[in-house]
Amino acid sequence: MEFGPNLILALIEGSVLAAVLTLTAVGLSLVFGVMRVVNVAHGEFYMLGAVLAYVIASMIGGAPAIAFIAALIIAPLLVGCLAALADIVILKRINYDPENTIVATIGILYIIQQITLVTFGPDARPVEAPFNHRLSIPWFEFKDGAWEMYWPWGLGTTSYKLFVIFAAIAIMVALWMFISRTKAGLIMRATQLDRDMAQSFGMPVDRVNALVFGAGAALAALGAVLIVPIQQAHYQMGEEPLLLAFIVVIIGGLGSLPGTIVAAIFIGLSDGIISIFFSPTLAKILSTLLVAFVLIFRPQGLFGKAER
Amino acid sequence: MTNTRKIWGLHIAVIVIIGALHFILPDYHHGLLARTMVLALFAMGYNFAFGYTGLLSLGHALFFGVGMYAMGLGITELGLSPGISILFALVCSLVASTIIGALALRTAGVSLMIVTLMFAQAGWYVILYFGSITRGDEGFVIPQASRLVAGIDLANSENRYLIALLLFAIVLLITLALVRSSFGKVLVAIRENEERARMLGYDVFSYKLRAIIVSGVISGLAGAAYGILFGYVGATFASVQYSILPLLWVLLGGAATVLGPFVGTLFMTYLIDKASEITEAHLLVVGVVLVLLTLFARQGIMGEIKKRIAPWLP
Repeated sequence: MEFGPNLILALIEGSVLAAVLTLTAVGLSLVFGVMRVVNVAHGEFYMLGAVLAYVIASMIGGAPAIAFIAALIIAPLLVGCLAALADIVILKRINYDPENTIVATIGILYIIQQITLVTFGPDARPVEAPFNHRLSIPWFEFKDGAWEMYWPWGLGTTSYKLFVIFAAIAIMVALWMFISRTKAGLIMRATQLDRDMAQSFGMPVDRVNALVFGAGAALAALGAVLIVPIQQAHYQMGEEPLLLAFIVVIIGGLGSLPGTIVAAIFIGLSDGIISIFFSPTLAKILSTLLVAFVLIFRPQGLFGKAER
Repeated sequence: MTNTRKIWGLHIAVIVIIGALHFILPDYHHGLLARTMVLALFAMGYNFAFGYTGLLSLGHALFFGVGMYAMGLGITELGLSPGISILFALVCSLVASTIIGALALRTAGVSLMIVTLMFAQAGWYVILYFGSITRGDEGFVIPQASRLVAGIDLANSENRYLIALLLFAIVLLITLALVRSSFGKVLVAIRENEERARMLGYDVFSYKLRAIIVSGVISGLAGAAYGILFGYVGATFASVQYSILPLLWVLLGGAATVLGPFVGTLFMTYLIDKASEITEAHLLVVGVVLVLLTLFARQGIMGEIKKRIAPWLP
């Protein structure tokens, strides 16, 4: 394939990554923004979403579409409840002390990952996509004084991949509506702005914490359920999204949702492009270094505003 | 005065006891203790930054990895002799910790943790990226012929134990001297109240940088020693797991105690070893211990002993 078609392919793959990354990173960012907590176990909630999707889909069986929809609803709910429980049992009891929370969530990371290894096993397992049509994309070339259309071999995508992109957009819109239009969203924003003030006004800050921690984990799980028909469920699959989500949240500015979304698209697309034209490892080297330097020289994030 | 004697006496006694165990221990425990001592070097290096200076790093795998790969590649690619390759490893980890420290110390707290984590991940990816030289995840074996230092065969388990003990003793006593010096006291002052230390006229950045350098060089020595004593160099040792493990060892043993890192490493090595006999998910104990530590024992083992029984412990 030539440069042009390759670029289109990279952009499509990058958009799928960006879509899932947006959900995962927004979950992480929400937790950091409201609770001021760095959740190192975030990637494991993602992994758990994918693994549960496999379990639910294989328990229900039947038509792939029904099994998939069931997984899409049930898996994030279960993961969210588990995370809320972890918040109440562990994080609340250490008073969300920043450094202790990091240590505790590292512990939670290992506990979830290793229990999955024992129960689910070390194999990667697929979930069938509800629909999966192959879509070819035409390419135009200027030849002998006229435009010519042809179908380059290998240039194409699937209907499911497009669905993932649109589903992520829909979920983000719903989340934005929830945060900006509902009372629960208002309480969340109040807690984010000034936790002590919110508490003195009688807002149930404890419940907000558990809810936000659960919601953050559920968003990661949702992203994972969407991706599991493309990738497979595996007990170690949480590592990479954790790193990428960290990268996105920091480049976008800690706790800023619009910044996180912009950064997810930026990182998703550039990762797709660098991976296809150079190597995935090089893409990771560049993005991890970018994050380190952003934190050192521009702590408010590339897209964030400086704090007053 | 009596405290000084008690303190030096205790630490020298620990070294003597481990030396005596060399003649008593059955093969299996002998090997495990040698490994523990080398890993405890790493933990002691980590403790210097995390325990005494209060710098939460999640990137020490980088220093461990730099030491290990500088030593390994020094032998296989540059054709250095084993002794020189270890010096080379120390120089490389000195350079790495100076650069990383100078950059990362512009941040603090959670940001510092993420910056160090990102640098370490970048380092790990670099090892994977240059897989043709480093052999990536698979790693490479250091040929037995290259494991002779001053006529001592490091592949021999007896020699390995004694060399590990020698390094352990040197680093333990250096750490003890450092934390009891005015330098060590200033580090603790910075950890407890950075603003106050600055007001008193200390150059906080320079102290923290020196703490990271000491910590990084000791970690690099640990990496080089591990590679040459056990004859294997691999990318796993530069992965995030090896940034988390020293944190775990230090927390378990007791942060900011001189013996804590060794106690924590010893405890954890045996725990993981026993767990791996029962299940393949032996890292589960790592998770459980970390969570329990944050919930119930912030001070770690030596920290609790210091608090309850022996407040004179350094």
